[in-house]
Amino acid sequence: MIEVRDLRKAYGERKAVDGVSFSVDEGEIFGILGPNGAGKTTTVECVAGLRTADSGVVRVAGLDPVAEHDRVTRLLGVQLQQSELQAKLTVGEALELYASFYERPADRHALAARLGLEAHLGVRFGKLSGGQKQRLFIALALIGDPRAVVLDELTTGLDPRARRDTWDLVESIRADGVTVLLVTHVMEEAQRLCDRIAVIDRGRVTALDTPAGLIGRTATARVISFAADSPLETAELRALPGAADVVARDGRTVVTGTDATVDAFVSLLARRAVTARGLRITDTTLDDAYLDLTS
Amino acid sequence: MASTTAPVSATRAVLRTEARLFAREPAALFWVMVSPTVLLVILGLVPSMREASPDLGGRRVIDLYVPVAVLFALIMAGLQAMPPVLAGYRERGILRRMSATPVRPAALLTAQLVLHAGAALVSALLVIVVGRAAFGVALPGNLLGYAAALLLATGGALALGAAVCALSRTQKVATAVGTAVFFPTMFTAGVWVPVQAMPDTLRRIVEFAPYGAASRALDEAARGGWPSAVAVAVMVFWAVVLTAVAVRRFRWE
Repeated sequence: MIEVRDLRKAYGERKAVDGVSFSVDEGEIFGILGPNGAGKTTTVECVAGLRTADSGVVRVAGLDPVAEHDRVTRLLGVQLQQSELQAKLTVGEALELYASFYERPADRHALAARLGLEAHLGVRFGKLSGGQKQRLFIALALIGDPRAVVLDELTTGLDPRARRDTWDLVESIRADGVTVLLVTHVMEEAQRLCDRIAVIDRGRVTALDTPAGLIGRTATARVISFAADSPLETAELRALPGAADVVARDGRTVVTGTDATVDAFVSLLARRAVTARGLRITDTTLDDAYLDLTS
Repeated sequence: MASTTAPVSATRAVLRTEARLFAREPAALFWVMVSPTVLLVILGLVPSMREASPDLGGRRVIDLYVPVAVLFALIMAGLQAMPPVLAGYRERGILRRMSATPVRPAALLTAQLVLHAGAALVSALLVIVVGRAAFGVALPGNLLGYAAALLLATGGALALGAAVCALSRTQKVATAVGTAVFFPTMFTAGVWVPVQAMPDTLRRIVEFAPYGAASRALDEAARGGWPSAVAVAVMVFWAVVLTAVAVRRFRWE
């Protein structure tokens, strides 16, 4: 649905995007994850045809977003970071206006109802809360009944409740068959929503995988922890294959490592015929995986 | 496959929306549509303004102030009201957001130009009607010539505002530049001393400025003649130059 090949874009001396490639399948929620200034927004602006790349290929449903901008705007809905509406424009007027831009717009009353905006149709943009503004921007991204949407830093500045509601909404958009390209720097959001994630750092893709795959490929994918008074020596834990670190934290011993570390640890317990009290084996968080991948 | 042009109704919808928003700005509405007439009425209430003066060829000062108030409406619309709106649309990403739709953001700028031109022309009409009804100022002797001069002057006024906006990076700068340009335009439009009442040398210089030329053209048509070729040429020159500056230097973000 969306294809980006060896995309490069520099602003003067600064290389914002330096050889980014990925492709988004139809019906997928694809995440672009990375620290601020990594080149995420520039990448999606090229996808939306709002910027011209220095080199590389960008295609949306096989179309060039710059040369065939008009046709791409009909297929691709966009929610942009740092973009507002006229302060005195009401929600209802904004929906009506943007619906008029498309030949076959979505039903704007149904859309307003779905986004919880029906009670605010008469409210001016300038008087909306952050969450209401974001919901309106999502509605405007969807009003052309697009096949794909770009959502850039969707939940920035939202409270936890509004954030969760927005996530449910993104899942329902995908359930309707719309492909979603989601830009975020919120780990929890990427892990919860995305089928696949491209981690972008300093203008390059440093990893591209499913959330579980990203976690699995780090040196500290698994976390083993148990009560510190268990009869196991730090030295023998460190000697486990793949063990990255052994630390004491809150009265517990914490061993980070890989699947091999977990296997060897279980064997060690059996061989020594001891019990690790309060044993917990968990996956590392995407947070840790991300830090590992972008450092 | 969808056609490659946006529905015609989209352009109309943009204009209708911008008209609604325009109507929600009482301060701008007052300055563009009401204040020129208020200026005329205040001056007209001064008795000496209504006395025929031999220096002015037997005309009264108030007679000269009708075209001045008309030009004042153009200044208010083109230079004071419009640039902050356009610069704000750019600064707040409103133009950018529209770039991601099938409608070009130029539709938004066009709507703003049309609305400010319309407001200025309605205001001009109000000035002329009130001047006639309240102070007996004769209606323009050459209506067609007057209308042509007024349209040309409106084009120049909007081009000046658009150029100010194009050369200003932010809304704050646009407002500041607009105000800086405001005083010379007020002077050349004859707001303090009507151009026709200026000393000859000063008047000849002022008539090379866009508003000075407009003042001359309106005055000539008001007295029943046609705007002189020089005045028209100066107005066309400024309109073309300022439009070129606005088009070439305008940045969409």
